[in-house]
Amino acid sequence: MSGNGKAPMVAVEGVKKVYRRDAEEVKVLDGLSLEVPEGDFVALMGPSGSGKTTLLNLIAGIDRPTAGKVIVAGTDVAQLGESELARWRSRNVGFIFQFYNLIPVLTAEENVALPLLLTNLSKKERRERALTALKVVGLAERSQHYPRQLSGGQEQRVAIARAIVADPKVLVADEPTGDLDSKSAEEILALMETLNRDFGKTIVMVTHDPRAAQRAHTQHHLEKGVLSL
Amino acid sequence: MALPITYNVRNVRVRWQLTLLAVVGIALVVTTIVFLTAMASGFSLALRATGRDDNAMIVQKGANAELTSGIGRNAAQVLLVDPRIARDDQGWPLSSPEILVVASYPRKADGADVNVSVRGVTPRAFEVRGGLRIVAGRQVQPGLPEVIVGERVRERYGFEVGSKVSIQNKPWEVVGVFAAEGSGFESEIWGDLETMAEPLRRTGGYQAIVVRLADPSTFEAFKTAWEGDPQVQVSVSRERAFYEAQAGPIAGALLGLAGFVGIVMGVGAVFGAMNTMYGIVASRTREIGTLRALGFSRRAILASFLTEAAILAAFGGALGCLLALPANGISGATNSANFSEIAFAFRVTPPTLFAGMVFAVMMGIVGGLLPALRAARLPITTALREV
Ligand SMILES: Nc1ncnc2c1ncn2[C@@H]1O[C@H](COP(=O)(O)OP(=O)(O)OP(=O)(O)O)[C@@H](O)[C@H]1O
Ligand SMILES: [Mg+2]
Repeated sequence: MSGNGKAPMVAVEGVKKVYRRDAEEVKVLDGLSLEVPEGDFVALMGPSGSGKTTLLNLIAGIDRPTAGKVIVAGTDVAQLGESELARWRSRNVGFIFQFYNLIPVLTAEENVALPLLLTNLSKKERRERALTALKVVGLAERSQHYPRQLSGGQEQRVAIARAIVADPKVLVADEPTGDLDSKSAEEILALMETLNRDFGKTIVMVTHDPRAAQRAHTQHHLEKGVLSL
Repeated sequence: MALPITYNVRNVRVRWQLTLLAVVGIALVVTTIVFLTAMASGFSLALRATGRDDNAMIVQKGANAELTSGIGRNAAQVLLVDPRIARDDQGWPLSSPEILVVASYPRKADGADVNVSVRGVTPRAFEVRGGLRIVAGRQVQPGLPEVIVGERVRERYGFEVGSKVSIQNKPWEVVGVFAAEGSGFESEIWGDLETMAEPLRRTGGYQAIVVRLADPSTFEAFKTAWEGDPQVQVSVSRERAFYEAQAGPIAGALLGLAGFVGIVMGVGAVFGAMNTMYGIVASRTREIGTLRALGFSRRAILASFLTEAAILAAFGGALGCLLALPANGISGATNSANFSEIAFAFRVTPPTLFAGMVFAVMMGIVGGLLPALRAARLPITTALREV
């Protein structure tokens, strides 16, 4: 529980993550705890291999801790079964990837509408929402373009539209500017700030880029599986 | 909950090079199966008489082909008074006594001498046998040296209306061409029984008699009565069954061959499809991880890749059917139980094509199953790490 009595959006409690590679055990996270209040914009920094992505995956509910608890938006993620977890993700987490991960055979609009296929919205409603999300990222006029017809920065904006289209509470971003030139990176960061400030999204962002980290409200440093200040 | 099919269709379309091998493999299997089935169905149709269910076929006891049968005219007289035989207004029995000889003619295509059945029939034969009709020219006139030829005979030997054919060293004029629903009669030459009996040296009797039963349910009684009669010495069978007994084993063997080849080639094509689908899954690993992260279930991924395999296979099936289509109408030939050639046309029928498509899609789904399962089982984090 955070100081003001309000439950944090993300609470990681004593989490361990061990990977087993053959006989060898790799301890990636070793009793890590972290709280992210609702509406925060957090940057996770740290050297390569320190476990940033691993931690982010746990928060996003696409991986499970070896020990400890991960509570996101009030749900103990590790308690959910496979398909419940999938449904939970579709409602609560928006994903932003380093390489955008758009589906190449789908148009921008179709990519953005993808998460809405998991809702029971009508086709028309899905279209409207996707267009709204594309408007938010400033790409409404590119809705019929395929990913290969877009620049990296535009692709990432489409990906962000996809991340917010189902109106999740939490956005997770793994090096969202890692593959972009500085100008596009700047645009993406500005967009994320907007989402945090105006749309109230709680954002957890992994980054190597100190300038990106500065845009966040809080910075955490990960070193060999534990947080350092 | 499911991914839209357009997603799969576009993937197949965009990455068609990747799927080419599997599509062609499946196409070849379907082509082969459709081809063999078309042959089998044309073949069994040709060896079948037009075959009415209420007709009984009477041949000499122990004979299983018409050519080796002989029924004396006296025995025939005795038989035809049976009250179970249907009669016309004048009280005449609906029966078709027939004589049969084999003549030999050079085939148009290669000049090789080939046996052709020559059948002498009464004016009533078309009515009793059923399914026969004149497609060119006219019927023969009893008393004149005239014949009509089946469509296949016209095709293969060039016996057009107006031409003369030699039977037992006598010229007979072709006055008409008849069709018989694709049956073996189309490979025969027909003339008037009484006109032909003497020159063909068949005055003593008939090779077979076909009779229409007034009530088909009396067949067994009819059969039992006459087969047990020592005076006439005949075997009685249903007309259709008589011819099917001749065609059955070979047609069955052909269908068996189609099945066997289908399975052997099908296994190959399934592995081809499997290989392709593994490739497709591997090339889309990160995409799969992304979809799973967004909340699509394992089952949705499984269904999606199975769908894609089925679509891919359906393309193969359609291509295969297209390749097999020209086989329709190709003519083949076989020997009948009467030691004469029976020509038949390959029949590519809609049910055959449909079966080919179903088989194609099945191959796709079977081949796609393991790769789709792999896709569905990929851990999300591993899949996302893929470049
Ligand atoms: N599925 C896995 N199996 C085995 N080891 C793994 C697995 N995933 C991660 N690791 C290991 O865990 C450690 C942390 O990986 P992680 O991806 O979390 O690091 P990271 O901080 O994101 O690094 P980077 O900045 O390079 O992305 C690494 O040593 C990595 O090799
Ligand atoms: Mg990482």
